[in-house]
Amino acid sequence: MPASNQAVSNLSDAQPNIDPHKWVAAHADYLYSYALTRINDEEQARDLVQETFLAALEKVKQFEGRSSERTWLTAILKNKVIDVYRKKSSAFAKRTDITEAEHDQEDFFDPTDGHWNPTHWPMPFGIETYDPLMTKEFNNILQKCMQKLPALWLSVFTMKHIDEESTSTICSELKVSDSNFWVIIHRTKLNLRSCLQKNWI
Amino acid sequence: MSELKKIAYNCRKATFLIEKKQIDSLTLREKLELKIHLAGCSVCRTFQQQSIVINKMVHDLLHSTQNREITLDKEFKDELQNRIEEELNKK
Repeated sequence: MPASNQAVSNLSDAQPNIDPHKWVAAHADYLYSYALTRINDEEQARDLVQETFLAALEKVKQFEGRSSERTWLTAILKNKVIDVYRKKSSAFAKRTDITEAEHDQEDFFDPTDGHWNPTHWPMPFGIETYDPLMTKEFNNILQKCMQKLPALWLSVFTMKHIDEESTSTICSELKVSDSNFWVIIHRTKLNLRSCLQKNWI
Repeated sequence: MSELKKIAYNCRKATFLIEKKQIDSLTLREKLELKIHLAGCSVCRTFQQQSIVINKMVHDLLHSTQNREITLDKEFKDELQNRIEEELNKK
């Protein structure tokens, strides 16, 4: 394919560290698993990988070679994931999921004194000490419990605990106030922990 | 009931502070409140242990998944690479 070879040589003259002809082989699986762990939707994750490569082609000239090709591609994907979070969490219909999740924890505490209601007491169930070799089974339950969270809560939670984004970035990207951020962090953990206790024992 | 006592008995507030503490620093007052609460509340001590572990497990989950070789099927990859070649040829 002469046309394609032409394109390579042009590109590689300008961008010694970039080789789109090898992108898929070199990075597609990595980017796919990155997307999948954050949005847990195979089809959408595939779409995002494709969009990332296409967007990267558009921006190839802006790549300054200061980071590796993979880091650069991951950064593009990350912004796309945040877009998905933003859309999911602002969708009007999805707000019902928050109401439901809030309902789930209505009787965790006594409304008058804030005590745990005995039926919802956190009980030791084998996850009190950190074990990085925790079984696969537990990880499956953890993932399922995470998927039950409202889209906005899950977005806030993953951005904080997986991507370790700053609180101010999360608040501005997802348009939540600082105080609402803390409410979400708290409520997310209450539901997640309760779900794990219920399903692990 | 004094303010401090209210907190000392309030598990909802204590669990909130447990979450905040893992991300941000607590004020001196909040630290004191939480300490007093946890000294007398074994249920919230359990909550705290589990909460810390959950954060670590969630963090690990990502890395273990990325090591566990989630792969795209070959067909999809071939199509994707073709798509990229097409775009390159347009330039």
